[in-house]
Amino acid sequence: MLRVEDVWVQRPGAEVLRGVNLTVRRGEVHALLGLNGSGKTSLALTLMGCSGYEPGRGRVFFDGRDITDLPVTERARLGLTLAWQEPARFEGLPVADYLALGMKRPSRERIEEALKAVALSPLAYLGRTVNSALSGGERKRIELAAVYAMQPRLAILDEPDSGIDVLGIEDIMALIRRMADEGTSVLLITHRDEMAEAADTASLMCGGTIINTGTPAEVREYFARRCRPHENLLGSQPWGEEAGGTYQRVVAEGMRDE
Amino acid sequence: MSSHSLSRIKSSVLRQRDPAWTREFEAILKAYEQAGGRPDVLQTPRVASAVISGNQVLAVNQVEGVNIEAEELEHGIRARITVAPGTKVDYPVHLCFGMIAAEGLQEIISEFEIGEGAEVGFLAHCTFPNAVDLKHVMDAHIHVGPGATMRYSEGHYHGPHGGIEVLPTTHAQVDEGGRLESEFSLAHGRAGRLEIQFEVDVAARGVVELVAKAYGSAEDEIKVNEVVRLNGEGARGLTKTRVAVRDQATSEVYTTAEGNAPGAVGHMDCTEIVRGEAMARNVPVVVVRNDRARVTHEAAIGSVSKKELETLMARGLGEEEAVDIIIRGMLG
Repeated sequence: MLRVEDVWVQRPGAEVLRGVNLTVRRGEVHALLGLNGSGKTSLALTLMGCSGYEPGRGRVFFDGRDITDLPVTERARLGLTLAWQEPARFEGLPVADYLALGMKRPSRERIEEALKAVALSPLAYLGRTVNSALSGGERKRIELAAVYAMQPRLAILDEPDSGIDVLGIEDIMALIRRMADEGTSVLLITHRDEMAEAADTASLMCGGTIINTGTPAEVREYFARRCRPHENLLGSQPWGEEAGGTYQRVVAEGMRDE
Repeated sequence: MSSHSLSRIKSSVLRQRDPAWTREFEAILKAYEQAGGRPDVLQTPRVASAVISGNQVLAVNQVEGVNIEAEELEHGIRARITVAPGTKVDYPVHLCFGMIAAEGLQEIISEFEIGEGAEVGFLAHCTFPNAVDLKHVMDAHIHVGPGATMRYSEGHYHGPHGGIEVLPTTHAQVDEGGRLESEFSLAHGRAGRLEIQFEVDVAARGVVELVAKAYGSAEDEIKVNEVVRLNGEGARGLTKTRVAVRDQATSEVYTTAEGNAPGAVGHMDCTEIVRGEAMARNVPVVVVRNDRARVTHEAAIGSVSKKELETLMARGLGEEEAVDIIIRGMLG
């Protein structure tokens, strides 16, 4: 369904993707693992066609069609969508309208069903707007509900568990299983082992590229065994965008040397 | 109820037998509905209302404690609305102003007197669906008595031509412990030339909230001038302005907030969205005359947020459609 071939993306001051190769098959939930700054979100934005993330090299295929140069809207109309890691705020946009935007045949029933799918009460949320009065976790759930309501062919979920309380993780995992059961393929970006368990396959990103693919268990084991020991190399160096770059290079080069 | 307002009501009832009145009334109600109003409410006895078309007072309905006097002038009307002290008005007073004609002048001179401890809301719809060369001038004086609350919401519908000037001027006084909330919205049809002038003086523990929202396109000119003087101890004031302009339209927002007494707190919040060759300007002026007063402001002028835009596009919306939804959401 989705095939990424040797994609490179340059952002101001950094090469965020360096030769990414990835395949997500129809009906599959594919987990994308990796540390902060490893390029997971950059890959998500590249796949969605967001501005500033145009590949300098490589191609992206969706259902066999080359979508590398298509704008966001056209990709969405082909059935590809993205749930942002940090969802946008929309002043004055009612929740119901927001959920209906991407639906092929908007209906009250489907809107309510989408809210229930993310464990939100339609009664409590249909009269509200997608603005900053909602907590980060509420906006996250509404973002996921909007993606679910759209019934896409492939949903990229960028850390759907971030900002969600511990009890909510089960709700999100149930949603992912439900989407898969209803025919939506999922590219699931996550840090959590238990989230990756919901996937059929997994890949590990490091330093802007994918360094391992297999079952979630295999990739998690690879990650634990091959990546974590390198943490000691950092000493007290802070984690973050810049510091992470050094760390990721160490890890990535270590992997490749193996 | 004054004898004058009684005679006015009688005259509007008598007019209902006149076919010309019927045509005008039906036309303005249709325009009122286009502007987002509910015509049936204007004919509900328990809801105070007034329907003004051009310089004609087509209908007036009063409820207990709410007195509406309206007088026809050469190019408009003069109205005085009083709410008796202590009156809690259950339903907002509905006001329908408009002109069906394409050209002309409508002047609305109004006075609002909200008695001590009263609570009342106003829902005004101003509709000019065919305006090609039309001027709508409003000159309002508002007095919110001690401990009284007045909520005023005015929505405009202008049609597609842009040949309209809307010039509302308001002078308001909010007494001790009083509250005035005013919202002006012009988001449907062409704005034309809009110039809002609003000045308000707020006494001790009084509260004022001014919200102005407008959407300009083509060569529309939008100007908002607001002055909030927080003169009494603990007075509070907020101005919130949301303007979107595209094409060659212009937006200028000038807000002044004065903290003139201990504990006075004021805030000015302005967001303007600019598309195409449009121009937006925001000039907040902060004046503080007491070391225990505090006045702040925030302003954001720019394009639509890239993230909001791409989120909607990722749901399958085209760029222009997504921009329109974001702007209309902001303008409420």
